[in-house]
Amino acid sequence: MSVPLTLLGLLEREPSHGYDLKRDYDAYFGRSRPLPFGQVYATLGRLARDGKVVAADAEPGAGPDRKRYVITDLGVSEVEAWLTEPVAAEPHLQTVLFAKVVLALMLGRSAERYLDTQRGAHLQRMRELTEIKRTGGLVDALLADHGLFHLEADLRWIDVTSARLHALTEMVRAS
Amino acid sequence: MYRSFGQTPALQGASLSVASGEIVAIMGPSGSGKSTLLHCLAGIFEPDRGEVWFDGQRLDGLGETKRTQLRRTAFGFVFQFGQLVPELSAADNIALPLLLNQVSRKAAYKDAASWLQRLGLDELGARRTGELSGGQAQRVALARALVTEPKVLFADEPTGSLDSLTGEMVLDLLVGVAREEGTTVVLVTHDARVAAYAGRAVMVRDGRVTTPSDVVAR
Repeated sequence: MSVPLTLLGLLEREPSHGYDLKRDYDAYFGRSRPLPFGQVYATLGRLARDGKVVAADAEPGAGPDRKRYVITDLGVSEVEAWLTEPVAAEPHLQTVLFAKVVLALMLGRSAERYLDTQRGAHLQRMRELTEIKRTGGLVDALLADHGLFHLEADLRWIDVTSARLHALTEMVRAS
Repeated sequence: MYRSFGQTPALQGASLSVASGEIVAIMGPSGSGKSTLLHCLAGIFEPDRGEVWFDGQRLDGLGETKRTQLRRTAFGFVFQFGQLVPELSAADNIALPLLLNQVSRKAAYKDAASWLQRLGLDELGARRTGELSGGQAQRVALARALVTEPKVLFADEPTGSLDSLTGEMVLDLLVGVAREEGTTVVLVTHDARVAAYAGRAVMVRDGRVTTPSDVVAR
């Protein structure tokens, strides 16, 4: 799960103070693991250093929590590239994909397209593993099956999420 | 292509091209139109609007007699439940399409025997298909579909009624034979593990075909 990219995505939706970013991150992506304040500000500092965000509207006499952070064009490009690129097809990518879907909906982009792209990457990996099964020995087949079953579970999640996009869009945009 | 059943639209502008020798999976949720798409491509249904072309010949608009002839000579079919004639033996079922195509009885049963051997069913030729296991019956159905050396094999959930291992065995045979013979395969499935046997997969959603953007044809 990429905290920097997720925070960038939230900032693309609207400029925010660190406190509000943490609140939004925890609400959508940090259910079982809220983001420590220290990590929020350290990440924002690195993003600012790299030119992906700028700190604006600092209130006089205040510490870092009073600055409002704004995403730059470089930051926007990075978010777009991250959303568009499929994640390597391996187990336990649901949290990353979930973040991408929610952010895509927040930013008015086509979550369906990202899900389709990810489905394509998964199917390609499943084809590779299936060929290993067909041409390899029993051990190869067992190992390939392990990967195939995990990928199949991810695809089922992608299908169910795809079917729920309308309801998820309404929920995300209402919050 | 557009196709409705009464007031219910099944295909709403579905477009698909399949190259000779390709193995393509058509995926999608229940009710998406994937089986209707297969049936239109195979000339079983005529689209209400749109065109179907096969080998430079337009299929829709052909009379039923000509489409039936095409289905008997150029197309093979495997369905989820085989649709074999249970009172006939495995060999009889496999020979049947050849006999219907006016092939001599001797030649038809010789070909049937060859396919029984090729699909690991040598000892079962005389058995009635109603007495076979699911996997054995589906292999007979596959042999029956391929015995006429079709250019295209249409398979609609061919392993849907089989357990995982048996399904994999049938798919291995289907894909293996198709690759050896250069047969084009159009395979409808809701199962990603089945689709992974194809070189390319397309999604059908609400009667339209979409394709994952980074699918690479093999």
